[in-house]
Amino acid sequence: MGTLLDVVDLQTHFVTRGGVVRAVDGVSWDVAEGETVALVGESGCGKSVSALSIMRLVAAPAGRIVGGRILFKGRDLLTLDEEAMRRVRGREIAMIFQEPMTSLNPVLTIGRQMTEGLETHLAMTPTAARTRAAELLSMVGIPDPARRLAQYPHQFSGGMRQRMMIAMALACEPSLVLADEPTTALDVTIQAQILELMKSLSRRLGVAMLMITHNLGIVARYADRVNVMYAGKIIERGTAREIYANPRHPYTLGLLRSVPRLDEPRRARLDPIEGQPPDLSRLPGGCAFAPRCAFCVERCVVETPPLRPIGASSHVSACWEAERVRAAVREPVAERTSPQGGPRPQGGPST
Amino acid sequence: MSEVLLEVRNLVKHFEVGGGLFGRRRGLVRAVDGVSFAIRQGETLGLVGESGCGKTTTGRCILQLEKPTSGEILFEGRDLTRLAPHELRAVRRRLQVIFQDPYSSLNPRMTVGEIIAEPLSVHGIVRGAGARRGRVRDLLRHVGLLPQHGARYPHQLSGGQRQRVGIARALAMEPALIVCDEPVSALDVSIQAQIINLLEDLQAEFGLTYLFIAHDLAVVRHISDRVAVMYLGKIVELADRKTLYDDPLHPYTRALLSAVPIPDPELEARREHLVLRGEVPSPLDPPSGCVFHPRCPLAEDRCRRVVPELREVKPGHWAACLLV
Repeated sequence: MGTLLDVVDLQTHFVTRGGVVRAVDGVSWDVAEGETVALVGESGCGKSVSALSIMRLVAAPAGRIVGGRILFKGRDLLTLDEEAMRRVRGREIAMIFQEPMTSLNPVLTIGRQMTEGLETHLAMTPTAARTRAAELLSMVGIPDPARRLAQYPHQFSGGMRQRMMIAMALACEPSLVLADEPTTALDVTIQAQILELMKSLSRRLGVAMLMITHNLGIVARYADRVNVMYAGKIIERGTAREIYANPRHPYTLGLLRSVPRLDEPRRARLDPIEGQPPDLSRLPGGCAFAPRCAFCVERCVVETPPLRPIGASSHVSACWEAERVRAAVREPVAERTSPQGGPRPQGGPST
Repeated sequence: MSEVLLEVRNLVKHFEVGGGLFGRRRGLVRAVDGVSFAIRQGETLGLVGESGCGKTTTGRCILQLEKPTSGEILFEGRDLTRLAPHELRAVRRRLQVIFQDPYSSLNPRMTVGEIIAEPLSVHGIVRGAGARRGRVRDLLRHVGLLPQHGARYPHQLSGGQRQRVGIARALAMEPALIVCDEPVSALDVSIQAQIINLLEDLQAEFGLTYLFIAHDLAVVRHISDRVAVMYLGKIVELADRKTLYDDPLHPYTRALLSAVPIPDPELEARREHLVLRGEVPSPLDPPSGCVFHPRCPLAEDRCRRVVPELREVKPGHWAACLLV
């Protein structure tokens, strides 16, 4: 499989009153044709801004892509003029957002919103576009598509709206879909329906997918490769199996251990990551995770660790102490009893 | 076995909708439709279900933030639905709530210290400004915050810290029961575990009883002693934690558990998934018979006609399904 999208040293900054926020701070990753790649991390880690940067939709003037390259099918999207970029959006790269209600126009019928892209990008006649729109709706499992095309977004349930967003994203047969928390707003039984639908469609149509999520379970089920982000940087990357069975960054290990799991015996206590996520406008020197890290050594607070290969595989980790993390993965989670006499104060003041 | 602190008997809450400007399309939303359960002193009862199942409305009825259409809510032996306003006010101290979004439930113009001190003075729990300051410091420490956090405003805190403030405000009243309504679902995963551990520590320290309302099945399993599963205004299954998760009886509980993706790619590749068809029907027009029958993989003809009662299938294990 060839490389479809190659993001090289991308930097997206926001200028705020509090200073410059390095939302995406020198990040490189790629997606092969037909592959599903995940971008995982918590709020504010830069995963959504990464996707918006690819579409060149970062809100100006506060937000700006200040460095890097975004090579899509060999062309650098950052060098395209606005007209050429418009032909990429929707036609070659489509996007699915978390909240379909806010990304649909409430005063236009579904039919109008679906045919717009088909007429603009593919120069279809209105009649042909309407037929195609009905086909797309039935492909994503919306019953009675002809009648549904005449309806407005508020007449659809949350699950149906997200199906519609998927249909719209696939309308022009793009080669890449960016899905930003596509099921976070949905109930778990509907989430399962939507994710299965996305998986089967991406397989059938050979569409590559970038899946942005904070849900480690979804990543495990659907992603081929995983990028873990923290404070604007990728701190670990590997195949889904490598990342889950063999995490080599303390943050990845911490995330995996902090969630209760239905497939394991119930633990007496959860193992949280202590402290708070950092303020991106005043990051400390060295590794951004160091203040919360159980493996932190002196070097971590002065020198930022680069992404380095682990063994011979494609697995990389940005941690000076990756070897010690490996040893810790082998140890079972320590069973602690509940401390009496009150909880320990966490982290300390964040500012 | 410790004594029952809260008992909900046949709780019903219907909302009338429509009728507004054009006076048409009157309808009745059956948000909670005959719910009964009890919570024992010191216990955590988990209430799970998808959006619109009535779990939050159940919590709000218990807190008397909604007036139930019918049914009884016995708290410390007294029916809250029959209390006069001044009696209710005294009971409210013992019955507190932690909301999902700690930002919208904290006054942005008050400092954290003022937010926690307000109920102390309103209810006359601690008299004198100096004594109140000491109590606020204590409460901050109990929820893992520092004394200097008391001088900050909510917007200066992170989501996890704001939820700690919400917890401190509830604790200030020295409650017996806290209704936790999705207390961690707005928080990042690394912070969720901190707050869950905190809630468990406080329960052990102060002998608190929790009604823990959430949609995350793994979180509910971790924190609850017993779990009730709701669907479309009704409890469809109720059992102790281990039984419910190891041996679920109701087809809806099974489907819910199967739908949760597990963070392990190898396991996920092997696992069979039971994907439910369709969506949750509208509580304006619930299906006949068993409300789950249109989505149930096992539904038979009689499920369309007969309403299954919640019955004790095995000791302590209740299910509302004709086929169990």
